[in-house]
Amino acid sequence: MRALVRVALTATVLLVIYGLQVGVEHGFTEYVQRIILLAGINVILAVGLNLINGTTGQFSIGHAGFMAVGAYSAAFVGVKLAAPIHAALGPGAVADAVVFNLALLAGALFAGISGLVVGMPSLRLRGDYLAVVTLGFGEIIRILFNNATFLGSATGYFGDSPSGLPEYTNFFWVFAWVTAIVVLIHNLTFSQTGRSLTAIREDEIAAEAMATPTTRLKVIAFAISAAAAGIAGGLFAHMQSGVRPEDFRFEKSIDMIVMIIVGGLGSISGAILGGIFVAVSLELMRDLQQYRLVLYALLLIVIMIVRPEGLLGTRELHHLLRRKKPATPRAPTESV
Amino acid sequence: MTQFLQQIINGLSLGSIYALIALGYTMVYGILKLINFAHGEVFMVGAYTGFYAAGALGVAGFEARNQGFPLYLALLVLIIAMAAAAVLGMTIEFLAYRPVRSAPRLTPLITAIGVSLFLQNAGMLLFSPNPQRYPAILSEVRFELFGVIVTNIKLTIFGVALCLMLGLHLFVQKTWTGRAMRALSFNIDAAKLMGIDTNRVIRSTFAIGSGLAAAGGILFGLDQITINPLMGVLTGLKAFVAAVLGGIGSIPGAVLGGLLIGLAEQLTAGYLSPAYRDAITFVILILILLLKPEGLLGIVRVEKV
Repeated sequence: MRALVRVALTATVLLVIYGLQVGVEHGFTEYVQRIILLAGINVILAVGLNLINGTTGQFSIGHAGFMAVGAYSAAFVGVKLAAPIHAALGPGAVADAVVFNLALLAGALFAGISGLVVGMPSLRLRGDYLAVVTLGFGEIIRILFNNATFLGSATGYFGDSPSGLPEYTNFFWVFAWVTAIVVLIHNLTFSQTGRSLTAIREDEIAAEAMATPTTRLKVIAFAISAAAAGIAGGLFAHMQSGVRPEDFRFEKSIDMIVMIIVGGLGSISGAILGGIFVAVSLELMRDLQQYRLVLYALLLIVIMIVRPEGLLGTRELHHLLRRKKPATPRAPTESV
Repeated sequence: MTQFLQQIINGLSLGSIYALIALGYTMVYGILKLINFAHGEVFMVGAYTGFYAAGALGVAGFEARNQGFPLYLALLVLIIAMAAAAVLGMTIEFLAYRPVRSAPRLTPLITAIGVSLFLQNAGMLLFSPNPQRYPAILSEVRFELFGVIVTNIKLTIFGVALCLMLGLHLFVQKTWTGRAMRALSFNIDAAKLMGIDTNRVIRSTFAIGSGLAAAGGILFGLDQITINPLMGVLTGLKAFVAAVLGGIGSIPGAVLGGLLIGLAEQLTAGYLSPAYRDAITFVILILILLLKPEGLLGIVRVEKV
């Protein structure tokens, strides 16, 4: 019965997203549509990063690196898979969808694996080492992609055809993935594992004394967070016909940190708001490009001094609406 | 063999610059347990202050005659830059770090990233994002030693760095403030109870660390010829890795780590590929975190509740 309800729910959500897509594609200009897509990608990035930076209390400042890994591997796998899958299923929307989603999953897989590689040495130690290692990782990945000739070096990877990567990314796929990742990370955060992660954030030594496998949980949370960045990278790559190493500079990681800090470290709805905020404010500040990072930097410092927990803190929006303020994520009330 | 010796010479002079910057990281981390991400930007501001000070003191006139600055003017440039950076360091500490000092660890870390980002971008607005050619404060003299080309610039870099490090060592070991710094890094609460004005000591730690970074900035400008507002990012990171390699919180460790990172970088550039000279630092970081996270000269401290 529960399974049936879930299938029905998923189908409804997908139908709603499809309906919205039809509406958005007819109702908005191409420019606005692009901002909406970017906002969706940002939400995936922010919710993913929030799992490690907010919920677990570790600090990654190189998530652009994982996004880059995801973008490049999704683009590469997508190009290489297109021919065999089109041969098997024939050309058409179904085959495209299969190729695209397999490519995104490949992006998530490779980003997740690099998350494991980066996380394992650094997460055994205190959180601030992770900051430095991820910062270094973000730079190294960019250097590697800059020098990888089979991925187009500094000019970027545009696939094998002269028209660039196929632009699979549209409203439906972005928001289907947004929904999937938000639900997944929400369920994880409010599960028993999620409460262990919160315990690590609040007091790592106490959590360890309570027999929480801190290192293992931190590494798992980090890998999931990296995989989410990988999906976002894959969506981003297929939105603009190619991936360039320059798209994943340190500024990108800073954008992500601004997203989760504005909304509130540890709050999923805060991360969603932050993702949308950054997408919109980047567009509004387009003419002020050179002042953008100065303003972001000041915003970070002022928020840290005045309201270090961010707009929502660890609270969720729907908790506020219900006028309940649980201090920590609560267990689901219904029993299974 | 001569090529090897050449790389060693270059590595030692580059490494002594890293060592100077690493000292600032390690001193602040030792006391506040904070990775001062803005330290790389203080290094950058130091280099630019030297650049403008040299310009104001008429370096162009000397350069036209193919001469460097006379010693007293060169020292003046160094002192101006160190003083300016010291003021900047104290200002950052007062405005950004002090309000969040008692907050959970992540808050000061994010603040530090914010300050670093702010200085980078303010630097790009103020100094223009284009690289600037560093004035020839010293005119280069080359000479050969056992087939290895040595320049007076490399020797000066090594010498100045060595003098400053010795000075720091004497300061930390012999003066009252130095002893107070060691007390703070041992236990800040106990130090406060013993009547040490912790704010004052932390302020002087920032001042000294920033001054050393500024000296590193000028030496870096002499060595690498060009400077730009983002120079602090990668150099700062490498210096931080040097501090971790030597054992963060340990002053001799920072010097050792800096020299080792400089050597590793030059040898990689010389024997593997210049493309990987920046990557080797992070390989070292990951190895040291895996094998000996307390660093080469660090002390293992058990974290207590």
